[in-house]
Amino acid sequence: MKKIETIIKPHKLDEVKAKLIDIGIHGMTVTEVKGFGRQKGHTELYRGTEYKIDFLPKVKLETVVPEELVEKAIEAIIGAAYAGQIGDGKIFVSPIEETIRIRTKERGKEAV
Amino acid sequence: MKKIASILILVGMFMMAGVAFAEDTAAPAAAPMAVAPAATEAAPAPVPHIDSGDTAWMLMSTALVMLMTPGLALFYGGLVRRKNVLSTIMQSFIALGVISIQWVLIGYSLAFGPDVGGVIGDFSLAGLSGVGLAPNGTIPAQLFMMFQMMFAVITPALISGAFAERMKFSAYLIFIVLWSTIVYDPLAHWVWGGGWMMKMGALDFAGGLVVHISSGVAALVCALVLGKRKGYPAEPMIPHNLTMTVIGAALLWFGWFGFNAGSALTSGALAVTAFVATHIATAAASLGWVLAEWKHHGKPTVLGAASGAVAGLVAITPAAGFVTPMASIIIGFAAGVICYLAIVAKSKLGYDDALDAFGVHGIGGTWGAIATGLFATVAVNGAGADGLLYGGSGLLVKQLVSVAASWGYSFILTFIILKVLDATIGLRVTEEDEVMGLDLTQHGENGYLM
Repeated sequence: MKKIETIIKPHKLDEVKAKLIDIGIHGMTVTEVKGFGRQKGHTELYRGTEYKIDFLPKVKLETVVPEELVEKAIEAIIGAAYAGQIGDGKIFVSPIEETIRIRTKERGKEAV
Repeated sequence: MKKIASILILVGMFMMAGVAFAEDTAAPAAAPMAVAPAATEAAPAPVPHIDSGDTAWMLMSTALVMLMTPGLALFYGGLVRRKNVLSTIMQSFIALGVISIQWVLIGYSLAFGPDVGGVIGDFSLAGLSGVGLAPNGTIPAQLFMMFQMMFAVITPALISGAFAERMKFSAYLIFIVLWSTIVYDPLAHWVWGGGWMMKMGALDFAGGLVVHISSGVAALVCALVLGKRKGYPAEPMIPHNLTMTVIGAALLWFGWFGFNAGSALTSGALAVTAFVATHIATAAASLGWVLAEWKHHGKPTVLGAASGAVAGLVAITPAAGFVTPMASIIIGFAAGVICYLAIVAKSKLGYDDALDAFGVHGIGGTWGAIATGLFATVAVNGAGADGLLYGGSGLLVKQLVSVAASWGYSFILTFIILKVLDATIGLRVTEEDEVMGLDLTQHGENGYLM
């Protein structure tokens, strides 16, 4: 099992979610986050003073998938979130040691 | 201990008023003859009488001006960070409580009581002794008292923009009681209560000197004495809810019709003159500010439109009953541009007038008082005078003298009040409380649960 964490632009969330459901991923967790990478921030203007805003609003989507779905999931996310611009986001893949469904106490693949 | 000391000082203030009240209960029920210079438009009646039309309009106007203080609360509340929204709203809202009572006990008497040496009223009207329903002008004396009360309430609340996000609530309460008593009441007396400025012939239709210069200059002193907010200016301190600010600006605009047109104290032609001038100047100022920042910074902001409107309202206040609609456009448009530039300059000078109370009210009020000396004409109001552009040079000199006196008086007295409070109970919250936010540390509440 792998955890796929992806940080995307907020307006891409619905499309990414739809593509992931299409390839058979049934669950995910979404968080509103702020951050910056190469895109850096932007400026805002209040009463003639410019403020540099470093942290931009993004969405972080997390989902745990079986090995065989990892590449498909990555393709799905890129397909939906790609705009070819700085700030499109990133995907991180990491191993998961164990998964447990609390209600049934199932473990491993069954619990995902 | 400090809290107890604060409460004692407040109680002491009210006790003082109570004593004065007790002493003067036997005073004759002389209605105060204080009437704004403009109010002489009403035909001189042989017998004082109450006019129902005037009374109806002044009841309305009083309620309109009352609404400005909650409007100001929203205007300022949206401009601070979310952790300070309630404390900022509270500073305006609580003025309705504190200053209303101060006004009844001593404020009204000091401002509109029988003149003592041209500088202040005496205590004979304390506790509203003898302020009854007999006519003052053409309205009941108590209605005049209430109308003026709303001005007294909003003026110290205006100052709160300067020290938003860092002043201790207990210190704030004592500050506004002292400031109203020592700065506002005498100034109101000078200009409207039969004091020396009124006798000199300076024109201040609805409170450019008394309300805006006094509070704006006090705001500057507060910003200097209290010092910057922690993290200013390195850390961005961005308005947390500009929609709230725009609603507040709209309520101020609405209420200001009562403030300015109500200052006619009658419901006749003069009230309409002021109403028209108020709206036109405000519209022009909103445009002036937006165009100035569009040219200067490339974007026309909503906050600019709202701030410009307030700047225009401030600037037209002293002039509203004395100028033509075309002059109102010039006064307003210039106010928008001048106040914008003043606030841009502030960021270069480095003092932290958090919500620009000085930039808008001090600068806008000063421009308005000077503009009255330029644009006033007896063609609009026979009880006024001709400004420089209509061939009268004396008025401008009187306006400049009154501006300088209001600046000096408010600056020095505000400085003394703040220094005394700082040395006794302290003005600022602790650094930790400031970081946590004043809503939680001063009031134990949160503005938002989301």
